[in-house]
Amino acid sequence: MKNLGGNLALAKKLGLTEYEYDLIKDYLKRDPTDLETSLFSAMWSEHCSYKSSKNILKNFPTTGPNVIQGPGENAGIVDIGGGWAACFKMESHNHPSYLEPYQGAATGVGGILRDVFTMGARPVASLNMLRFGNPESAKTKYLISRVVKGIGDYGNCMGVPTVGTDVFFDPSYEHNPLVNAFNIGIVKKDKIFLGNASGIGNSIMYVGAKTGRDGIGGAIMASAEFDDEAYEKKPTVQVGDPFMEKLLLEACLEAMQTDYIVGIQDMGAAGLTCSTFEMADRAQSGVKINLSKVPLRAKNMTPVEVMMSESQERMLLCVKKGFEEETKKLFSKWDLDAVVIGEVIDSPYVKIEWKGEEIGEIPVEPLVSGAPLYERPRKSYTPSSSVIASGSEAIPSPKVMRSPRFSTENLAMTKASIMEQYDSMVGTNTLVCYHDVPLIRVRENGSILALAMGSAEYLTYLNPFEGGKYIVLKAVEKLASVGAIPLALTDCLNFGSPENPEIMWQFEQTVLGMSEACRKMNVPVVSGNVSFYNETNGKSILPTPLIVMVGLIHG
Amino acid sequence: MKWGVVVFPASNCDYDAYFALKNILKCEVEFLWHKERNLKNVDVVVLPGGFSYGDYLRCGAMARFSPVMEEVISFANKGHPVMGICNGFQVLTEAGLLEGTLMKNKTLKFMCKQVWVKSQTTQGVWSHNTEKNKVLKMPIAHGEGNYFVTQEKLKELEDNDQIAFRYCDEKGEVLETSNPNGSVSNIAGVYNKNKNILGLMPHPERACESILGSEDGRVLLESVL
Repeated sequence: MKNLGGNLALAKKLGLTEYEYDLIKDYLKRDPTDLETSLFSAMWSEHCSYKSSKNILKNFPTTGPNVIQGPGENAGIVDIGGGWAACFKMESHNHPSYLEPYQGAATGVGGILRDVFTMGARPVASLNMLRFGNPESAKTKYLISRVVKGIGDYGNCMGVPTVGTDVFFDPSYEHNPLVNAFNIGIVKKDKIFLGNASGIGNSIMYVGAKTGRDGIGGAIMASAEFDDEAYEKKPTVQVGDPFMEKLLLEACLEAMQTDYIVGIQDMGAAGLTCSTFEMADRAQSGVKINLSKVPLRAKNMTPVEVMMSESQERMLLCVKKGFEEETKKLFSKWDLDAVVIGEVIDSPYVKIEWKGEEIGEIPVEPLVSGAPLYERPRKSYTPSSSVIASGSEAIPSPKVMRSPRFSTENLAMTKASIMEQYDSMVGTNTLVCYHDVPLIRVRENGSILALAMGSAEYLTYLNPFEGGKYIVLKAVEKLASVGAIPLALTDCLNFGSPENPEIMWQFEQTVLGMSEACRKMNVPVVSGNVSFYNETNGKSILPTPLIVMVGLIHG
Repeated sequence: MKWGVVVFPASNCDYDAYFALKNILKCEVEFLWHKERNLKNVDVVVLPGGFSYGDYLRCGAMARFSPVMEEVISFANKGHPVMGICNGFQVLTEAGLLEGTLMKNKTLKFMCKQVWVKSQTTQGVWSHNTEKNKVLKMPIAHGEGNYFVTQEKLKELEDNDQIAFRYCDEKGEVLETSNPNGSVSNIAGVYNKNKNILGLMPHPERACESILGSEDGRVLLESVL
């Protein structure tokens, strides 16, 4: 691909700043091509790079005697005894769920399931935490019914029970509903898989659904606020196929029983780009891929589109050289294609080939971890003086909170009618659901997993530090109420724009409060997700840190 | 006695049925892969719940044409015991082994909860261990469980004693309000004429341990032992 000299305009359109563009030029020692600009914009998006939050997230305690895998992989893993481990993560799908609630929520579930089974774990239970605007508005009713149907259709078909939900309404979520999905799986401690492309000469194989144009720019879309033209971004929402994912789940778990799968990673945000570069980065290797070999479902796709597509239900495997045919055979049992698209090379680059021509040679490290880390300005506020307060009509008066739409009966009814639409019993391990702390039996080692959800929007708004502390302590208390010992937690931190100093301060204080409580309680954070830019036309949501703390009851 | 549990692509209660039969009822069990025409000399076949072929087109419509189904159909027609649970029930109606069809629930929503059903006959292969009018508690989990037959067919089913279960309340009253999905005459499960093939929407395999809320499902499964 020819360098047309200077791609600043494209870079800006894709959400990069001039400063970031100059940084890319420094890394490459030249102007980036269209392809490179697109790749950098995706990988350096807030959604993929955590550039505004990384420095603050460092405050979390992430280690402990039970921790097998902390943050940085597809999901966190903790020891649950008897040679078994629990693998879990929570992730947001907020932006897509507003634009297209059914597909947005469904693919949120699909994504979190892949994050768990990509590590070799069989998913055993899902939870979801939902936030909507005025429960009486037609828009909210539409969003709830479609989000719930999306979550149900996907999870039910997968045969993974959805054992709990947490729903809360506030006007600040009217244009920015939150859909956070959690999943936990069980894995043998000596059968954990990581997303590594290691071993020079090993094959890179593509499995699962074909690549289409859906979801292009999804990661970038999720890294910006909405305005009046939000719905024009609808095509960036992915489309889910739970049937395909169920086949992929069974086939991948079967493949992982063999000894020729070296590494595996799902194609989520930023699709093939993210999976290729991250797998190479973790293994400190390079990868050569031939995009012409990628199975496509749309005609005339450009190499940029192939690299950026966020089509669902796709995985990238690193397979020991010589075992490509076995791999194909195994996947064909499940009627899935497995195609060799490249190999591991001894180089710090990802080399991209298209129609017999090398169209890119991009250094791995800058793309994966070279995004600038921002120390965004922070400014404290008092609730009465705050700009975001008026924006979100944040705290309802006590009178409003006592009115029917916020009454506990109302919330309980909503919760029950939602829960009934999820298969909460498939797997025959759900001992308790419809309860604050769902309990899941682990037949493998005779123990029971307890799942406690935590949130505190109003408190976090009034005092982010105390709010952060409270959600952790509350979850510990919930686990104690069922006799479970807390193992670790996963979080989803949903906030407004990090470019607003008050939001940034809110975010930092929340993380500091959570960190303090986690340290005192000895509960490490092993995985999680940050969702910024939950705002529309400058109006932010209430700060919404959500957690799921996993506890263990010994057999 | 050897059991076979059929595995279609996206069956998802196959392991649950396997677990209940093997670990709780202590039976010998084999999975039967949909692409194979081999029933592995089993004595009983279970078509489990799930979303075979994604439930695309129509629930059970594609599974019905799987290679394994040719064998299951001839196995069933020879009078051997066959049970279709939930999606398995839908496959059996699509295959023409049972009367009627399963439409979308009257609420148009997927529904998962514990329900009560009342045993309507003691004559079927799967009903030997039950008494007539016995109330059993089992979960349902489906979007398309709204059983439909014409009035003439319904009369025929009743005359032949083919109705296995009706949805009822906890006390055993068969009421409109105890009908979760809008099924004709509260029907939760039906037999073929010969009463060796049973299709039902509730999940007996999910009701085999008291820790899960009910052991009533064992009554059905143990009937063939």
